[in-house]
Amino acid sequence: MDKLNSYKLGPDQNGRFGIFGGRFVAETLMPLILDLEKSYQLAKKDDSFQSELAYLNKYYTGRPSPLYFAERLTNYLNTAKIYFKRDELNHTGSHKINNCLGQILLARRMGKTRIIAETGAGQHGVAVATVSARFGLPCVIYMGAKDIERQKPNVFRMKLLGAEVVPVRSGNATLKDAMNEALRDWVANVNDTFYIIGTVAGPHPYPEMVRDFQSIIGKETKEQILDQEGRLPDQLIACIGGGSNAMGLFYPFLDDTSVKITGIEAGGMGLQGEKHCASLTAGRPGVLHGNRTYLLQDDDGQIIEGHSISAGLDYPGIGPEHAWLKESGRVEYIAITDSEAVEAFKICTKTEGIIPALEPSHAIAHLINIAPNLSKNDLVVMNLCGRGDKDIFTIAEHLNMEI
Amino acid sequence: MTERIDNCFNKLKLINKKALITFLTAGDPNYDLSLELIKSLPEAGADIVEIGMPFSDPMADGPAIQASSLRAINSGHKMEKTFEMIESFRKNNSHTPIILMGYFNPIYNYGVRNFIEKIIDIQVDGVIVVDLPPEEDNELCDALESANVSFIRLVTPTTTPDRLNKILQKTSGFLYYVSIAGITGSKRPEINEVKTAVQVIKTKTKIPVSVGFGIRTKEDVKRVSIFSDGVIVGSVLVDIIKDNQREADIKNKIVKTVKEFASAV
Ligand SMILES: Cc1ncc(COP(=O)(O)O)c(C=O)c1O
Repeated sequence: MDKLNSYKLGPDQNGRFGIFGGRFVAETLMPLILDLEKSYQLAKKDDSFQSELAYLNKYYTGRPSPLYFAERLTNYLNTAKIYFKRDELNHTGSHKINNCLGQILLARRMGKTRIIAETGAGQHGVAVATVSARFGLPCVIYMGAKDIERQKPNVFRMKLLGAEVVPVRSGNATLKDAMNEALRDWVANVNDTFYIIGTVAGPHPYPEMVRDFQSIIGKETKEQILDQEGRLPDQLIACIGGGSNAMGLFYPFLDDTSVKITGIEAGGMGLQGEKHCASLTAGRPGVLHGNRTYLLQDDDGQIIEGHSISAGLDYPGIGPEHAWLKESGRVEYIAITDSEAVEAFKICTKTEGIIPALEPSHAIAHLINIAPNLSKNDLVVMNLCGRGDKDIFTIAEHLNMEI
Repeated sequence: MTERIDNCFNKLKLINKKALITFLTAGDPNYDLSLELIKSLPEAGADIVEIGMPFSDPMADGPAIQASSLRAINSGHKMEKTFEMIESFRKNNSHTPIILMGYFNPIYNYGVRNFIEKIIDIQVDGVIVVDLPPEEDNELCDALESANVSFIRLVTPTTTPDRLNKILQKTSGFLYYVSIAGITGSKRPEINEVKTAVQVIKTKTKIPVSVGFGIRTKEDVKRVSIFSDGVIVGSVLVDIIKDNQREADIKNKIVKTVKEFASAV
């Protein structure tokens, strides 16, 4: 593919992917964001930074994660050959650690001595608390008061790891409010604090930086599938909250146009009302948390709180690069409901002996839906980006079972 | 119009006074009382009236203004109603500059061109959009400038000399110096540091410099107005709405506080 037609050129120097992205932040943060961008661009090209990250990915996280042929699920669905990219086997149980290691190395490089982060389900919070412990830095995690109630085991893990978990009661007391609160903390502690954003959203350079750190998922997948099958896959499927695990898998394949790419949003209780988190399939462009992207919002431009059974997909926005990939037509975005995800969760658990997180269960559900239309010769890779231990209470409640 | 703001500062200068700029959120706690409050401000001593456009996610604001935004939204307030309020205000007042303050999403959602047409029509004089730094000037600032509406810039303790020069290139009305690195209504400013910063800015520009964020007492107002051209108060007024149930109490206390501040600028 020639350079002009590449899908991998973004963002431009203003942090834009087409009209999306940008740096919509208060003046107080602007100098920090420019400084972060400069430091990241230098680190990106620095061999010692990259080799330390590679070392930690290998020996701390346990990468590369296997590309696993899900044979029983394939037979059960009687369909294309299904591969799982098993990022749920990472230390801390999800892909979030890939990004956190990259950002904390950068924080240390920039001489920052205090870490802050937002979390919804607590997976990102746990990963941040983990790397903060590993590097001996104090950390504060902002978490919606409602999410703290829903995700008690992760709250306890963060506390064990030495993090201070601050309940956020403003707004709707969930993930978007936790992100507002983390931004407010940052504005007030600009000199010593590094904000580790957990997904490919936020002001430039975060969407680019988080994508780069997560791209190890796609790079490994490409090598592994070539090694195991001798050719590229026909399809990639990943779930989307803010979009980091999906960007990580998709990015290295964007210019391989024979590969069909699909992102799966949380359809909650269906796209008719407001009980979903499908910003791309049911929202429209707006500006929040430092970037222009697709948002769930009302007629007056007020942000709407979404709903998903999976707290990790419960975000009313989406990374700006996904917004651009949607409009350019390169990636297709589809919503899956709560019930479909729970059904997929059960099928995966029983056929493969792998308890998936509710987030990638959405991607599995899409696979199940399209299975009848796939050719048996096709190769499909699904990003199994998190394990389901954290979700057993939610599942039990959904199924009216006692633990 | 930029002129209304310029005239305001020029007139005050002649009598050696500084501008008192008051912030209230449109629609807080409800449309009728909010309109009454805003109408009462000039007589109580406000020289410039700053009106907040409520937003669900005000990331640069502290608890007081967050709650104020939510009260307005929960009372059914909409962008159109903010415009109605301003139209109503202008029927009896054509001299007090009005500044709209808020976040970009509600404006973007309204449509930038529609927004500009509307605010020219109802005679808004300036706009502050917290999440539009100079890097995003082509979103709104450039168009406002051509329409002769001031885009009021924020300068903060983190603004470097380079950035200050960049900010000063395109600014009109007045410059808003944010006295703390933080959100509204949180920390209290170190007045001496603010003084130094404002003096540095004043060596580089003739445009008036007003100071806000964290200013809560008559004493603060007095001290800040010695070296600045204007003082902005917000959270302290908005807190009165939160702390009082009876509408009459809210109005009396806000008028009383504004009068007190006006005597100190
Ligand atoms: C396992 C898992 N998958 C997916 C997500 C959604 O985030 P993203 O879309 O950035 O990958 C989360 C977020 O908490 C998660 O924990």
